[in-house]
Formats: sequence, C-alpha cells, structure tokens
Amino acid sequence: MNQNKKLFIFLLAGVALLVLPLVAQQFGNAWVRILDTAMIYVLLALGLNIVVGYAGLLDLGYVAFYAVGAYSVAVFTATTSYLVGGTVNAPAAAGYTNFWVAVPITILISVAIGVAIGAPVLRLRGDYLAIVTLGFGEIIRTLVLSDWLKPRMGGPQGITNVAAVPFFGLNTRNAQILYYLIFGFAALAFFVAVRLKTSRVGRAWAAMREDEDIAEGMGVSVIRYKLLAFAAGAAIGCLGGAFFAAKLSVANPGSFTLLVSINVLAVVVLGGIGSIPGVVVGSLVLVGLPELLREFGEFRLHIYGAILVAIMLIKPEGLIPDKRRALELRGDDHQPEKAVLSASETEGVQ
Amino acid sequence: MSHLLDIKGVSIRFGGVQAVNKVDFHADPGAIVGVIGPNGAGKTTLFNIVTGFYSPDEGAMTFDGHNISGLKPNALTRLGMARTFQSVRLFNAMTVLENAMVGQHTRTKAGMLGALVRGPGTRKEEERIREKAREALAFFGDRLIGREDALASDLAYADRRRLEIARAMATEPKLLLLDEPAAGMNPAEKEGLIAQIARLRSERNYAIVLIEHDMPVIKSVSDRVVALDHGEKIAEGTYEQVSTNQQVIEAYLGKAAQEAQL
Repeated sequence: MNQNKKLFIFLLAGVALLVLPLVAQQFGNAWVRILDTAMIYVLLALGLNIVVGYAGLLDLGYVAFYAVGAYSVAVFTATTSYLVGGTVNAPAAAGYTNFWVAVPITILISVAIGVAIGAPVLRLRGDYLAIVTLGFGEIIRTLVLSDWLKPRMGGPQGITNVAAVPFFGLNTRNAQILYYLIFGFAALAFFVAVRLKTSRVGRAWAAMREDEDIAEGMGVSVIRYKLLAFAAGAAIGCLGGAFFAAKLSVANPGSFTLLVSINVLAVVVLGGIGSIPGVVVGSLVLVGLPELLREFGEFRLHIYGAILVAIMLIKPEGLIPDKRRALELRGDDHQPEKAVLSASETEGVQ
Repeated sequence: MSHLLDIKGVSIRFGGVQAVNKVDFHADPGAIVGVIGPNGAGKTTLFNIVTGFYSPDEGAMTFDGHNISGLKPNALTRLGMARTFQSVRLFNAMTVLENAMVGQHTRTKAGMLGALVRGPGTRKEEERIREKAREALAFFGDRLIGREDALASDLAYADRRRLEIARAMATEPKLLLLDEPAAGMNPAEKEGLIAQIARLRSERNYAIVLIEHDMPVIKSVSDRVVALDHGEKIAEGTYEQVSTNQQVIEAYLGKAAQEAQL
C-alpha cells in the first residue's frame, strides 16, 4: 500500500515535470528558460547531495565541477576552441567534436579533478573541509581567468561559439527541447542517486557521515569512500556545466562564482539534505522563486530572502526531508552526545 | 606456541603522559581476558592501540600471523578484529538492521558498478548481508530481532549496548574487544551480559578481551585477568591471584589507605 502510494506520487511528479514546460510556455518563453536553469540545478544538486548529503562532506567549492563541465564541453565543441585553431575573432568552421563525444570525456576529466581535490583534504573534517574546498572552487575560477591559460580558455571572455547539442536534427537551442534533454539526464542522475543510496556503498557513506571513526572501526575505508563520493558528485555535477555551456553557447569565468556553490548548497539544504526528491523540489523553488517575485521590483530579493528564512524556520529538515536527517534535527533527548574519540576514549590522558 | 593476538613492549606517550608503558599482552581463541585498573590506567588506550586507532611509539604487534603495526582500523577489521566502545557509539540515524549490515562491509565487495547495475551477484550478496546481520542480532534473542527497522537511537540503553556487540559480531571477527560492556546496566542486565559473554566464547570461539570496572562481571567470565596502573601492567593471572596482589590493591585503594589500615 505504502509502496504503491509512493510509486504513484513519483509517477505523478514525473508527469508534472514533463508537462511543466508546456504550461510555462503559455506565460512566455522566458519561463521555459528559467525551467532549463532549474533542471541544470537539479543535476548540480543531485551531485552535491552525494557529497554533502550521503557522505557528509561539506563542500563549498562545488562550482568547480560546474566550471569544469562547461569549459570542457566548450573546449571540445566550440568553433573558437584552440583545439581547432579558432579564436574569438576568427572561429573555425567546426568544433573539434560534438556534445555526445565531449560528455564522456568531460565526466572523466571531472572525476579526475574530483579525486585530485579530494585527496589532499582526506584528513579534514567539517568546517575545515568547507574552507579548503571553498579555496579549490576559487582556484578553478582563477585558473580559467588567468593569463597563463588564456590561449586555451580565453581569459575573461571565456570560450564562445560553443556548439548546440545535436539531437536528431532538432533545434536544441529551443528552450523546450533543451528542457526535455536535460530532464532526460536529470532522470538518469536521479536513478543513479537512488541506486547508490540504497546500496552497500550508500550504507558505507551513511556510516561515515554518522561517525567517521566508528565507520573506519567497522571496516569502511574512509579514504576510499570519501574519494568515491567526490568522484560521484563530480561526475553528476559536471553534466550541469556541460548543458549550461551548450545552452548559452559560451563558457566564461563570470558564471562560476562562489555564489553558485552557495546556491547549490542552499538547494540541497532547502530540499532536505540527503533527500533525492528534496533536491528536485529545492531546485525548482530556489531557481523559480526569484523570478516569480519579479513584480515586487526592487524588494524582490528582500522578500526572497525572507521566504527562505521562513522555510528553514518552519521546516528546518527541508521541504522533503530524508528520514535519517529529520531525526538529527528532532533534538532527540536520548541521543547520546557524539564524543570525539581522542577526548573521551582516552582515559590515559587527563 | 603463537598467540592469536600478541603484543610486546607496546608504549605510547601523549605529551608528558606515558599512557601505556611497555605492555605485553596476548589473547587466544576461546579464552576471555579481563583488563582491570583504576581510571586513567591506560586500558582504553591499550584498546585503541590494538585496534589501530592510535599507533604506538614502540612495540611489536602481531594478529593471526600478521604484523599489524601501522595498520588502520578498517584493515584490522578485515583481518578479524572487532570492538565496542566505552561510550556506546552506534550509527544513530541508521536502523538497527543497517547498523549490523555495516558490520558486514569488509566481508562483501559490491562497489559503484554493482550498486548501479544491481545484477544477480550483487542482489545475492545484499541478501547475504541481511542474513548475516539478522543472525548477529538474533544472538540477543528478541531484544533486537523484531526491532530491525527501529532507529538505533530509539533503542533502550542496554539494547544499544547489545546492538554494539551485534554490530561487532556481524564483522565475523576472531577477536572481540569489549570496552566496559556492563557500564550503566542494572544487576539483571549484568547477569544476562555475563551469560552472553560466556556464550560468545562457547558458541563462536572468539578470543575475547574485556575492560570492566565491575568486579563480579570480571570474576565470573575471565579466564585470565590483567591489571594496569599508570600505563603499566602490574599483575596478570587468575582473578584470585590478581585480586589478592598487593600492588593491585594499592593501585585501587592507594598506599596511604593501606598503611592506615595497618
């Protein structure tokens, strides 16, 4: 009964998401483009949810993978890419390859960078990890902006003339068609996220998030599972960047600021940390709300902020909470304090 | 004859405190070793060294024929070591069954690909993990079985202690280290615990090491007792030998008290 009800809601939500751009079109094409952005955020948030929600690693530099995805697809498909000898002023006739070849390469590059960023921070926890990842996010942005990489990445101008996604001759610059394309990828990412969560890997992540020392004591290789989380998060998140570049036909450093990292994290927290349907709803709310509030003019962002604060006060565990996370915020009175091993387990030191 | 766990001359120092000083220690299958000593004697520190949470400054350690110096806790779990903690530390936001299932981690191998594809091999392994986890929970009769889907944090205190032992059992260990398993238990629960520890030895043939402050518990289950004080081993032998050892009595009561009595 409960299982059937869940499936019914799931299918209903799926159909609603499919119909959504058709409805939005009635209010103007701009709304469909906003939905495209929301879908890109779904990809980003599903990826970050693995890192933050499943594995409990607070990553404030997630924009790095958004940038890597966008730039990688841009380098491989733009007619201005150095790979085909093009420049902003003199684009070549065609890009190096097309989107579908570029995406698997992009995923490999992102995973490599995810592991490279993860490796030096393995020993860090909580706030410390957050600060260091924040730095990594900035490093990626500064790198693509640098003079050193300017011949490759175009400096402040970025890479222009990124090819549209070829898809059976359809015009994928059309906001509606692009929406369904990204939706397809988001659905795939959704499936991956569900499968990972309910597996031996997901269990190891959950144990690690609950108590890193004890997880290691129970046989979970913390190093391995942290790197796996960074890699999986990078692989999904870079897809958001890939579509972003293909959508706007440009990848430039101005799009990859710290604010993106904060927004994606806000999506995850607002939707419900660790909750997969939560991040989908969170993306729609966080991306859609500022647009819905446009009629308030200059007070728009004030009201937006107030609404976010109100949501977090009313539902601190998120819009669609994960059952595990909900518990942590319930303030259980018989939940024992989490002692740090070196403090309470060390009776030898006083 | 070589022991399952054999540590020799192990020391660790934290700043100015010599927490463990040149301790020799061993454990064998089917035998229960009780570790006693006043607060701050270095008992838990010794556990943390054996289970890889601390690396000792000096000393040699072998387990089941392997040199285990410098191995991480997860590697030791794979070799067959499992432990519980002085302050019960469960994965609180996971269910009772999931806690025990995590114990099976090193005995199984499904990775990312297995999780995504979920082929027959992975499904079978997942089923086996469940089975083994239930089997470990079933050791405590109906205390944990029937509550598999409850969150670990929702269990009563004594059941939380039991679940910690069950989770350790689910790792299929050869050596089980229990850190004050009777702490906070009422007399009836202690009786049950004594019987359960005896069963762990007779049914599973584990080597068991337990730290305990509760002397009746130590007396009823230990085959051998080791007493520590200020990081040093001050006595070893049967309960009777150790409990009448002059140094042990001094460690517990203080020399002054001894002299006052005389």
